[in-house]
Amino acid sequence: MQARSQLVAIVGAAMLLLTVLEMVRRRRLMERYALLWLLSAGVLLTLGIWSGALAKISHAIGVIYPPNALFFIGIGFILLLLLHFSSAVSRLSDQSEMLAQRQALLDERLRRQEQLIADSGPEDGSETKTSDLARMPAD
Amino acid sequence: MSNGSLYLAVVPAFNESATIEAVIDALRKYAPKFDTLVVDDGSTDETDVLACRSGAKVLKLPFNVGIGGAVQTGFVYAREHGYDFLAQVDGDGQHDSAELERLVATMELESVDVVCGSRFLTDDHRYPAPISRRTGIHIFAFLLSRIVGTRVSDPTSGFRLYNRRAIELFARDYPHDYPEVEAVLILHHHRLRMREIPVRMFARGGGTSSISTGKSAYYMIKVLLALFVGLGRRPAMLASTDRAPVSAQQGV
Repeated sequence: MQARSQLVAIVGAAMLLLTVLEMVRRRRLMERYALLWLLSAGVLLTLGIWSGALAKISHAIGVIYPPNALFFIGIGFILLLLLHFSSAVSRLSDQSEMLAQRQALLDERLRRQEQLIADSGPEDGSETKTSDLARMPAD
Repeated sequence: MSNGSLYLAVVPAFNESATIEAVIDALRKYAPKFDTLVVDDGSTDETDVLACRSGAKVLKLPFNVGIGGAVQTGFVYAREHGYDFLAQVDGDGQHDSAELERLVATMELESVDVVCGSRFLTDDHRYPAPISRRTGIHIFAFLLSRIVGTRVSDPTSGFRLYNRRAIELFARDYPHDYPEVEAVLILHHHRLRMREIPVRMFARGGGTSSISTGKSAYYMIKVLLALFVGLGRRPAMLASTDRAPVSAQQGV
């Protein structure tokens, strides 16, 4: 039983490690976000293989059945990853807010510019085409 | 403007109000055929105002995107406006714009795609950097030289000249942190040729480096990961007979 659960832990952690590396290779995952994943997978794999260390840790934190300590550590990493992503999402939403504001300001500036061209357009024959174009997005 | 080619100097700047005017003035004085584009990476000081007043074109990013994203903005601008050559010059006054002509001359003479100014090819070691930084540079230099198969002495140098092919490539795909290091690998994968020439560099004119010592360790790990993963990304085809076998042998 112990051997089987150890095997599952090793295979699982190894698959996670390979998946993360493959995703970085295919540019589906940025290095910035891959490091914590690699650390988690690496630690879980190490503890899966080196059962002596796992037994010591489980003893130290008062867990009787060592594989449960692996769960415990795994959940710790999940919490860490979630916190990491929450902070990343916070930064991203902050930035998208800035982008939206910037875009609205630019939009207003452009519309004012187009209005200026439209107002001064009819005097110059070549300008009519521009002012026609300029009116389009406003409708 | 000798042959009607268009030259663009891209100056990425983050809070460089102390030096930006001097950099732009030097560019105008020593490299007059280059148009100057300052990419302000979300500075909180008046870098963009000063750059604008000095007569440079300015792209102000709404927030800090990091050096890679800022420089890539320059590549995209160059592609959209049909520039033939792009030089990257740091906004902190480290790079000597009088050397730009030599980069251009080397590119024409050797018909390479990228010319890079290196601090470490001269005997005159006046580059003052903390030992931790220099160690990092040399580790990258060693790894890259082995992967690429030719000597790369200064992979973190941001003093580079790119031709149209390199501009097209990096407008599509440019790395994020410490981008210069990974860019060498991307060039190699796409079989673009890079050449290093020795240049003088000054100590920073003012401001603070965007990379502190604590952060640089973190960046090193990230770039090392990128390098090792990048090894398997797009394997170079065996086309050039003298160089490829060596890199294929050592890349595995």
